[in-house]
Amino acid sequence: MWLPQAHVPVLRLDDVLLVAIQGDLQDKNAERLQYDVLRHIADNPATGVVIDISSVEVVDSFLGRVLAEIAAGAGLLAAQTIVAGMRPTVAITLVELGLTLTGLRTALDVQSALRMLREHPAPAAREHGERGAYDNDRD
Amino acid sequence: MTTTGTDTHRGSPTCLPIRSDMDLMWIRQEVRRLATEAQFSLVQQTKLVTAASELARNTLVHGGGGHMEATVLNEGVHTAVRLVFADSGPGIADVDQAMSDGYTSGGGLGLGLGGARRLVHDFRLDSEPGRGTTITVVMWHGGVPPTRQAI
Repeated sequence: MWLPQAHVPVLRLDDVLLVAIQGDLQDKNAERLQYDVLRHIADNPATGVVIDISSVEVVDSFLGRVLAEIAAGAGLLAAQTIVAGMRPTVAITLVELGLTLTGLRTALDVQSALRMLREHPAPAAREHGERGAYDNDRD
Repeated sequence: MTTTGTDTHRGSPTCLPIRSDMDLMWIRQEVRRLATEAQFSLVQQTKLVTAASELARNTLVHGGGGHMEATVLNEGVHTAVRLVFADSGPGIADVDQAMSDGYTSGGGLGLGLGGARRLVHDFRLDSEPGRGTTITVVMWHGGVPPTRQAI
C-alpha cells in the first residue's frame, strides 16, 4: 500500500537514535530528516543512529544520497549510522543502478543494528554479520 | 488503438505532470500501479518505479519540468509498460556524456540516466539543444519478446 510520509519522527533509545522511514518520502522531507537527525545528535549526544528502511519500497539515487549524507554527517558528530532492513528488491535495484553506498553500514533488521552498535561501538567496515558497503557495480 | 497480428495493443495512456517533488511521488505511485496491472514481479516493479523516479527527477531538475505519459502495451501474451518523459528544457548537447555514470550537471550523483537505462529493457533518448528532451523506456513482463527488438 502506498502511503506518503510527511514527517519522519526521530526516536531516542538511550544513546541511540531510531528513525523508521515508512512509505514514500517527498524529497524535501528526506532533506528535512537529514537536518533533524543531526540536530538531535547535536542537542543531546548519541553514539548511534539506526535508520529502518524495511517499509521503503523504492530507494532511488536521491534517497540513497540522503542516507549516505546522514551517515557522513552523523559520523562527523561522533555517531555511527546503520541502515537496517533493506528489502531484497531494493538491494537488487541499487546494485543495477550503480549506487555506491560506500561506507554505509547495514544490518538485516533493527535488532541486529542495535546489537552491532552495542558490540562494535567503534567504526569498522565489513565485520562479520554485517553487509558491506557496495563497491562499484557499474557496467 | 486495437490492431491484429503481432501489432501492439495499447491501453489508453495516462499523462501526469512533473512540476514538483510532490509530482515525483504521484509518478512513482502511478508507475507502481501500472507495473502491478502488467503483473510484473516485485523485482521488476521496483526496477521500473526506481527508473521512473530517476527520469522524472531528471525532467524536473534539468528539463525545468514536463510530463510523463504511461501506457500498458500488449503483444500477444506479452505485456509491457512504456513510459515517456518529456520536457521542453535546454536539451542535452552531448548525449553520450549525459548517459555516462558520474556525469552530472546538477547536484546529484550522476547516476540518473545511465542507471535508469540499466533498469529497463528499452531506452531511447531524443534531445536537441534548445528543443527539450524526450526519454522513452519500456519494460516487458518477464523479458523482451523474441519478435520485438525495440519500440
